[in-house]
Amino acid sequence: MKILVPVKRVLDYNVKPRVKADGTGVDLANVKMSMNPFDEIAVEEAIRLKEKGVATEVIVVSIGEPKSQDTLRTALAMGADRAILITAEGEVEPLGVAKLLKAVADEEQPGLVILGKQAIDDDSNQTGQMLAALTGWGQGTFASKVEVAGDTVIVTREVDGGSETVSLKAPAIVTTDLRLNEPRYASLPNIMKAKSKPLANKTPADYGVDVAKRLTTLKVSEPPVRSAGIKVADVDELVAKLKALGVAA
Amino acid sequence: MDFSYTQDQQNIRDAILNQCSQFSDDYWLERDREGLFPLDFYKSMADAGWLGVAMPESVGGAGLGITEAAIMMQAVAEAGGGMTAASSIHGPVFSLEPIALFGTEEQKQRMIPPILSGVEKMCFAVTEPNAGLDTTKLKTRAEKQDGGYLVNGEKIWITNAHVADRMMLLARTTPLDQVARKTQGLSLFFTCLDRSKIEHRLIPKMGRHAVGSNMLFINDLWIPEEDRIGAEGEGFKIILKGLNPERILLGAEAVGIGRNAIQRAARYARERIVFDRPIGMNQGIQHPLAKCWAQLEAANLMVMKAATLFDKGEDCGVEANAGKYLAAENAFEACHTAMLTLGGMGYAQEYHVERLLREVLIPRTAPVSPHMILNFLAEKVLELPKSY
Ligand SMILES: Cc1cc2nc3c(=O)[nH]c(=O)nc-3n(C[C@H](O)[C@H](O)[C@H](O)COP(=O)(O)OP(=O)(O)OC[C@H]3O[C@@H](n4cnc5c(N)ncnc54)[C@H](O)[C@@H]3O)c2cc1C
Ligand SMILES: Cc1cc2nc3c(=O)[nH]c(=O)nc-3n(C[C@H](O)[C@H](O)[C@H](O)COP(=O)(O)OP(=O)(O)OC[C@H]3O[C@@H](n4cnc5c(N)ncnc54)[C@H](O)[C@@H]3O)c2cc1C
Repeated sequence: MKILVPVKRVLDYNVKPRVKADGTGVDLANVKMSMNPFDEIAVEEAIRLKEKGVATEVIVVSIGEPKSQDTLRTALAMGADRAILITAEGEVEPLGVAKLLKAVADEEQPGLVILGKQAIDDDSNQTGQMLAALTGWGQGTFASKVEVAGDTVIVTREVDGGSETVSLKAPAIVTTDLRLNEPRYASLPNIMKAKSKPLANKTPADYGVDVAKRLTTLKVSEPPVRSAGIKVADVDELVAKLKALGVAA
Repeated sequence: MDFSYTQDQQNIRDAILNQCSQFSDDYWLERDREGLFPLDFYKSMADAGWLGVAMPESVGGAGLGITEAAIMMQAVAEAGGGMTAASSIHGPVFSLEPIALFGTEEQKQRMIPPILSGVEKMCFAVTEPNAGLDTTKLKTRAEKQDGGYLVNGEKIWITNAHVADRMMLLARTTPLDQVARKTQGLSLFFTCLDRSKIEHRLIPKMGRHAVGSNMLFINDLWIPEEDRIGAEGEGFKIILKGLNPERILLGAEAVGIGRNAIQRAARYARERIVFDRPIGMNQGIQHPLAKCWAQLEAANLMVMKAATLFDKGEDCGVEANAGKYLAAENAFEACHTAMLTLGGMGYAQEYHVERLLREVLIPRTAPVSPHMILNFLAEKVLELPKSY
């Protein structure tokens, strides 16, 4: 079975985002970019399935600016077999990404698509679900455990108050949660090997997909600075304050 | 004049910082307190193939240059392990070069892979108590006999000799009074560290306690002929080839330590409130830190220039020496400034800056002292009369 893993290049999780002065978005000039951490988990899971003999090939795909190639190389250095870069200028919304992934899936016929549950830049948490809708395949989102036996995919999901186990029939969509695995560090021999692994360059037009934006961003602003709290002496004072603020009757 | 990383170089730096993040500040502090070799770290670097960064692919290395090795070692030091982390893997990363360059194919295949895989550890034994920086005066004698050499002598400061299985050894095979030039008659060996013939004594020292350095007493050690690297009497020439790369790596590591100290200090200065404001709001705190940053980055450019020249096969003696000097002096100032920034806490172990300050003195004094570097620059660049 082939496994398709989409990976996104995002602001590194250690970097404190700064909003552009004109409020149009987050300033990405000269800041460290990395693979979306949930996608790292997805790549790791796919490689583990390959190591177990379940998967035959791990294909990584990234949609975005040309620099996304670095992110693909990182995935190849972790152990993915080949990469597809779909170059698109500007932001591509989840629906555009899902349409492109559907086109790639039609071409590659993977048994499993493993995505991050969300990207840490826009936190949309939509792409996997949209792809499931477009392909008509079953989905197991927020996975904390994935088992594959034949064409049955058992996914343990993290849900409010516990976990839920679903059984899917391949081809299927899985989105990863934080506890699924701990991604490996790229080893030096694998970094070297990654250089000669195939990377195909594509554009949305190659797949006949229109990725024009459908949403308009009105304003991006920094979260409000937390103002100082008020200390209360006892429960009575607390209740009085809450009443005064109109949040308790 | 391209000052940016290649994709490989960026990947190497990122991968190392990532890999090293599993070894916390406390891991290094604990190793320093107990004085035990950081075996877990060593093994993880060997397992991920990093020890062979600059070794040829034919012996299981990655075949990359000194520039990549320097970027890697800088990240190793910068991630918080300082000189302890860097020195623990210095042998395999750098000291095998003479075998790669001058060894026979049989020697390369026999000697290098076990070190790169972490199965065997090595040390590098040159310095002697009675020769110091005047290396050609070293007294350890390797006497030619049938099929090999009988070795007697003393070495000092030999890092990792107490944990090593193999030793790279420089010894005199022809007495000083029988050679035309004092650089002749020294030979290089890579051989078993036979503890029945070599006694080691750890030197109690200032820092980097987890990576010990030793006095060695060598008594009738037998070295078979097949363990000699290169021709007999050519050992000094062979060692010279490795001097510039060693300076480059030490310089890169020093910058890494300095950066780590400055980062810690800046973080502390942003958060520590005294006189009702962050101490980092005072220019008395800001300016020394900013100055250290500028100095470190300038030193790094010199180090990387030397590495780039070396990898292009060009002469880099002046740049490698100047780079090591600038890096070590400025990294020392950076660690010292960081310590002062933290006030009393700078002196407390749990803030890690005092550990870095103790360790950064190593690249300052070894493998060559600042005095000897300035002697060299005065002579070679300024054409002043040789003073030593
Ligand atoms: C932690 C540590 C680890 C080490 N690890 C190793 C190792 O693994 N293997 C190894 O072989 N060696 C190792 N060394 C040794 C190191 O390379 C030597 O300490 C160094 O070469 C200096 O030699 P020395 O200590 O004998 O100093 P000396 O030669 O005695 O010099 C003492 C001082 O005199 C100054 N001086 C000497 N001559 C002149 C001159 N002409 N002009 C001006 N000043 C001069 C020097 O600059 C120095 O400050 C290590 C040292 C340390 C501290
Ligand atoms: C070994 C040791 C023994 C000690 N023994 C004792 C003891 O026996 N009894 C005792 O009471 N204390 C003792 N101390 C505490 C010592 O007196 C304090 O560390 C010292 O007063 C500094 O306070 P601090 O560490 O909180 O630094 P902070 O006040 O946090 O200062 C941190 C840094 O900010 C700088 N800074 C702060 N404000 C400004 C400003 N406005 N402009 C410019 N720079 C500024 C400081 O100069 C310092 O470099 C000891 C400390 C040590 C290290």
